[in-house]
Amino acid sequence: MSDTFIPRFPFGEWVEAFVDWMTDVFKPVFAIIKDVLVGIYDVLDTVLSSPPFWVVALVLAALAFLAKGWKLAVGSLVGFVVIAGVAQWDNAMDTLALVLLAAAITLLIAVPLGIWAARNDHVSRVVRPVLDFMQTMPAFVYLIPTVVIFLTGPVPGIIATIVFALAPGVRFTELGIRQVDKEVVEAGHAFGSTPGRILRQIQLPLAMPTIMAGVNQVIMLSLSMVVIAGFVGAGGLGQPVVQALSSIDVALGFEAGLSVVILAMFLDRVTSALADRAPVSRALAAARV
Amino acid sequence: MTALSTPATAEAAATTGVADAGTPERETALSVRDVYKVFGRKPVEAVRRLEQGASRDDVKTLGTAAVIDASFDVKQGEIFVVMGLSGSGKSTLIRMLNGLWKPTSGQVLLGGTDLAQADAKEMRALRRRSVSMVFQHFALLPHRTVLDNAAYPLEIQGVGKAERREKARRSLELVGLGGWEDSLPSQLSGGMRQRVGLARALAADTDVLLMDEAFSALDPLIRREMQEQLLELQQTLGKTIIFITHDLNEAMHLGDRIAVMRDGRIVQIGTAEQILSDPANDYVAQFVADVDRTRVLTASSVMVRPAVVVPMGGGPRQASRTMREAQVSAAYVVDRQRRLQGVVRDADAVAALKAGKESLEGLVLDGVAPVSPDTPLAEIFAPAAESPLPVAVTDESGRLVGVVPRVTLLEAMVPGEQPRTGEVAVEAVRDAVDCTHAQDAAVQDAAVDGRPSAEGGAA
Repeated sequence: MSDTFIPRFPFGEWVEAFVDWMTDVFKPVFAIIKDVLVGIYDVLDTVLSSPPFWVVALVLAALAFLAKGWKLAVGSLVGFVVIAGVAQWDNAMDTLALVLLAAAITLLIAVPLGIWAARNDHVSRVVRPVLDFMQTMPAFVYLIPTVVIFLTGPVPGIIATIVFALAPGVRFTELGIRQVDKEVVEAGHAFGSTPGRILRQIQLPLAMPTIMAGVNQVIMLSLSMVVIAGFVGAGGLGQPVVQALSSIDVALGFEAGLSVVILAMFLDRVTSALADRAPVSRALAAARV
Repeated sequence: MTALSTPATAEAAATTGVADAGTPERETALSVRDVYKVFGRKPVEAVRRLEQGASRDDVKTLGTAAVIDASFDVKQGEIFVVMGLSGSGKSTLIRMLNGLWKPTSGQVLLGGTDLAQADAKEMRALRRRSVSMVFQHFALLPHRTVLDNAAYPLEIQGVGKAERREKARRSLELVGLGGWEDSLPSQLSGGMRQRVGLARALAADTDVLLMDEAFSALDPLIRREMQEQLLELQQTLGKTIIFITHDLNEAMHLGDRIAVMRDGRIVQIGTAEQILSDPANDYVAQFVADVDRTRVLTASSVMVRPAVVVPMGGGPRQASRTMREAQVSAAYVVDRQRRLQGVVRDADAVAALKAGKESLEGLVLDGVAPVSPDTPLAEIFAPAAESPLPVAVTDESGRLVGVVPRVTLLEAMVPGEQPRTGEVAVEAVRDAVDCTHAQDAAVQDAAVDGRPSAEGGAA
């Protein structure tokens, strides 16, 4: 194939030059971002890691109880005991802090972007292929420029996670708002409501079950990405996974992996339970009783 | 804001309209002038071609012409029905009446404002103040209680919580949903949900009410019930209602006037009877072919002049002679004001004549059951079957304005048979008046009196 007359496209060089340029020009900005993220992460991690295991486990189980019920609470508690039993509790809490922070920032960006895309077809047409690109690009690839910019530690992991998890957040928000019954939105307009009020009183509440499904997806993707971020020293459960991989340690790999699964199940069940608690979901459920 | 020619009168209409409801000279509440709506790439160009006489298909490449050259006025307190099949443009048309769509060209005048020119803020103010809407699929907020749904327009208007809930409660009671305030819409049946939709629109307390296929999603029985309820409410509320439907029977039942739409154009505007008895074209004629004519056509549209009328003052001699000449065995008797007195039989008249009586006193049998000019034909069948004479039609002061012979009643059932209906009937009534006049020469002013009442009956 070396004899083809297709010239070598310098895409890679361009992106590299771009990243170098960004690192150079926006150095102070990146420094601030890094400081802020590290600051928030440290606070979150301290809150989750410093109290004794039982306290945190019980608080999380109580959250599960409030979101869904006692079955989920008991199941969660059993899961946490398993995590602690395989000596991954501290790592799990680091991971949880990373996930919560990354997911929160992702949603802060994704939901407004999704709303914008839902209201403006042009925005939607631009955003969609960008999201496709972001979602299909192998997750590892994001780590490379973020490491260049932020060096190792939790921050490149958080940034890469945000980029990776953004897509479902935007997509579900846009879908949710576009799916809202047109007549109900029309009713808002017909009675003289302002667009902002229609968004708050009609579109967002009615789209909430779908948006919450997006939140669930964002958290799940964040978790998977945070583990991958272990490769760049993000800490948490990714670290033993990477360690197990490099030393072919089946036991450690399984234990760390199992902890990830338990954490994932906890986050998934709690967030989907929250989706069912959206007023619209409850109103519809009330009809079936 | 573009002021229309007479903003003052339009404002006056908005404030005094309800009091005027029922009188023929009502103010115009809403006026649609040469309105076009084209969706697509080159709407303005499409309108220009349409104005030059191009058809809807001709401009297909430029855009979809949803509404073409619509013009009509809706009077205060009127129920104006826009009827057409899906794709006829009726939903687009109604959405231009509250600015949900802007006309591509033309004017929509509501309360002194041209909606086509209003900016977003003016439009919102106008919607809060002047025009509310009921939707086909109810469009309720599923996460709010029935009460808060009904209070929604007031919330948007900025009415305080206690006051808006009180008003919403009242309008819910008005539609028969008292006691359901705390339910969620999903817990109600379709008919009840639409009652919430209606209560919400009524709570907004606007003069104009748009109803977009409001009853189309309901079961036929519920639909009928809702129609009756709407008419009942309208008696007291006197709103200006623009009602969209694809159901001709519904249109005929509800509409004071009906606009029939086809392919974006209004093909005919008229009362149910006018459309039924004098369809503008084959399309309308075909459309109305299946209508239950007995519920739409009224006595006034089929009645004919009475062949024989005996004046009360004429005595047995004139009565028997009149009946002999007409070869009938009985006839209606009217007084000097042409008020229906009853029936006289030829045998009785002849006997009285032989007995030397000078007056019909004592010979006139009552037990005649006259109908009013507004009585639907469906309700005339029973009296027609029981009476040997044609059914008498009397106006509100009891004057005989016409009769409905059984054969006319049957003829009216056949679509396409027009000579007996509509305008012709009015002529017949006029003839009847003249005829009575001729027979009762003493009552010179009878014809003068009779004319307005005959017109009133047929209008």
